[in-house]
Amino acid sequence: MNDAPQPLRLTVRDLSKDYVVRVLDGVQFELRAGEIHALLGANGAGKSTLCKIIAGLIPATSGTMTLNGVPYSPADKRFAESQGVQIVQQELNLIPTLSVAENLLLGRYPQRWGIIDRRALHAQARVALDRFGLTEIRTDRSAGSLGVGQQQMLEIAAALDRNCELLILDEPTAALSAGETERLFQRLAELRKQGVGIIYISHRLDEIAKIADRLTVLRDGKYVSTHAVSEFQPIERVIDLMTGETQAALHALQNHRSYTTERTMIRVAGMSRAPAVRDVSFSVRAGERYGIAGLVGSGRTELLRLIFGADRAESGELFLRGETESRRFHHPQAAVAAGLAMVTEDRKQNGLLLSQSIRVNTTLSSLELLTGAAGVINRRQEVAVVEAERVRLQIHARDIEQSVGTLSGGNQQKVAVAKWLLKEADVFLFDEPTRGIDVAARRNIHQLFDQLAAQGKALIIVSSDLEELFETCDRIGVMSAGRLVSEYTRETWSYEAIMQDCFSGYTQQATRTVSGITS
Amino acid sequence: MTDAPAPVIETSAVDSPRSQRGSLLSSLLQYAGLVGVLMLLILIFSLMSNNFLSKQTLITIANQIPDLLVIAVGMTLVLIIGGIDLSVGSLLALSSAVMGVCMVNYGWPLWAAVPVCLSVGAFCGMLNGVISVKAGIPSFIVTLGMLEMARGSAYLMTDSQTKYIGSSIEWIGVPLKGFAFSPAFLLSLVIVALGQYLLTRTVFGRYCVAIGTNAEAVRMSGIRTAPCSIAVFTISGLLCGLAGVMQTSRLSTADPNAAVGLELAAIAACVIGGTSLMGGRGSVINTFFGVLIIAVLQTGLAQIGATDPIKRVITGAVIIIAVLLDAARQRWKRRG
Repeated sequence: MNDAPQPLRLTVRDLSKDYVVRVLDGVQFELRAGEIHALLGANGAGKSTLCKIIAGLIPATSGTMTLNGVPYSPADKRFAESQGVQIVQQELNLIPTLSVAENLLLGRYPQRWGIIDRRALHAQARVALDRFGLTEIRTDRSAGSLGVGQQQMLEIAAALDRNCELLILDEPTAALSAGETERLFQRLAELRKQGVGIIYISHRLDEIAKIADRLTVLRDGKYVSTHAVSEFQPIERVIDLMTGETQAALHALQNHRSYTTERTMIRVAGMSRAPAVRDVSFSVRAGERYGIAGLVGSGRTELLRLIFGADRAESGELFLRGETESRRFHHPQAAVAAGLAMVTEDRKQNGLLLSQSIRVNTTLSSLELLTGAAGVINRRQEVAVVEAERVRLQIHARDIEQSVGTLSGGNQQKVAVAKWLLKEADVFLFDEPTRGIDVAARRNIHQLFDQLAAQGKALIIVSSDLEELFETCDRIGVMSAGRLVSEYTRETWSYEAIMQDCFSGYTQQATRTVSGITS
Repeated sequence: MTDAPAPVIETSAVDSPRSQRGSLLSSLLQYAGLVGVLMLLILIFSLMSNNFLSKQTLITIANQIPDLLVIAVGMTLVLIIGGIDLSVGSLLALSSAVMGVCMVNYGWPLWAAVPVCLSVGAFCGMLNGVISVKAGIPSFIVTLGMLEMARGSAYLMTDSQTKYIGSSIEWIGVPLKGFAFSPAFLLSLVIVALGQYLLTRTVFGRYCVAIGTNAEAVRMSGIRTAPCSIAVFTISGLLCGLAGVMQTSRLSTADPNAAVGLELAAIAACVIGGTSLMGGRGSVINTFFGVLIIAVLQTGLAQIGATDPIKRVITGAVIIIAVLLDAARQRWKRRG
């Protein structure tokens, strides 16, 4: 590593932001040219607020900033962009109905008298995508037809295609597959060499250990400290700074305990819906946590949706609780009635009613348990039940009437889970259960997996975070290009083996599938 | 269990204010804005006209609004699920026409004609619902088509003639002896109460709000949305039939020209009451106040001698102002 100090790209002094309460309180930050600087903290620590101020999305209440040594107080995003400050936010900001090229060059279309030069548009977009290694994305596709991972890559490519001296990435890899993440990191390393300063927000500590030079920790809107990443060996020790907690609980989780019983709870046989899912078979026992690993786009979400009846399967059968008669669900309602529950990947899209209260969201699936004659809801009982779930899952909110959209990601996810706990399902499908949520909430969710397993539930957990599957699961199945290519137990799995399997379906005409049920 | 993790209550821009528990105070506060506007209008008209604050005005208004009121209740439900029903005025006319034909041409008694009238409304409403839900066509389009079809059918049924029915039906719309209010008005109040109860206390009402908020999330929660949505359109149609009975009794006549443009008045009343056209938010009680505001405005302006064009300008302005106020109130609520 180069020890000669690079010039300062950005300094932030005593920056504060007040809404109803103070969300940023006298924060210090600095970023050198050619540095990747990670910003760490639990959800609500103020990372996103700080980045939004730097990117000109919101104004600061007080404090000063300099950019390349010159006082800097962006009035809006446009000004910040003109100064070379680009932000890629956690939420996707693409316009789904426009083409890839139109999104990529939004606001700076090659034109003459207001008429877009389509050829130049696509040519420029092609160059920008190729430079980022996204050669497989056609520029005339509509952005909405891309997978979430590709959309994320497209947004980053668009930011880099503008004048970019300071790049802010907020959870860029949350939706990316391992391969895409690798590609992104290569690109970031190149940018670092070119002197671009990068602010990097991520909950994935292994990524930070891998790519960042320094890190700054925020806690409850306050500046904690700045360190070289190399000071933390292993990187998990930085969690102590973020939460002030010891790692006892983390270690406790690693002492994995199996609750797997002999009883098969759900068996999936030959589930198919081409091209996303091809002939997938596996089974999960009562008390077992079955992880599904795979690259983004390998068909994991689609598989869960087929099982849950959200999409129609072309073929395939389900056997529940050892029954000999097969089932296939044509609507989630049938799946729920049969004892299935699914916590979806995209909470905002299809998991939660954001503008409704915690109470309404929690009881939505189980109102029939709270109703008397004529479909009238017993309010008192409803409130009691929701309060109980709120305590059990440690949902942090003012009260149960707070609208879910105003909660942090972690608490939103807990509400999405609470909905199904009330329902007392036998089989739980979790799709990316801890994506984009903070360390503490993630731990709560993992503890909940443990409790559910102990109660004899069957859990199917899809996650792009292999560490998470290692921590929580009894077995892991790997999907690649729509097929379930392998299964591992705690004794047999390894990071390298699973990663290889993840890619196997794409590198060759893989036809190998798991036959029968292991162990 | 280890120590509870550090609180991670999101302290971003959207930390909204005080609790909205079902305390009496807060539920009254919910209506305070609309009641305030209503009082203000009454005050203004009382100052501008000597006759406004009188029993006669009250009776006039009470006898004018029942048909609009019951239709607006149905419209509120439709808007809450994220739909819209443009066919209400035509459905009123069609069901009224059917009733007129039954009673005048075939000499049916009232008790036989009313159920037919209600059924026609409910059936057409159900058709709206089934087509828009099952085929996935926006209700705006389906009910626009129904608006034309029902109006045309009303003319066909009656040969474009008004059907004079007379005293056998008038009693519904006439104030009861020694009492200011007609059976129609009292019934419309019952419908408001039932509608509010349905919306806030039952599973059906909860599903309506949920569907209007995020239908896909409701589906993924294991709930079939189609029956609920179809039921809402059916209720709207049924209430059109009921409004048809009410209007026919008020005019003593089944008129195929009746209630042209009523859909816009009903939507206006809902919107003044704070119901969102995007779905997921609305209240039948607030719609009731919205109807009262429109009625007071109409009656008051007539009494101070405003011409029809002026009435329209002012009514339109009030609608826009009401929505602006509501939007401001929502922002304030979110910001705290």
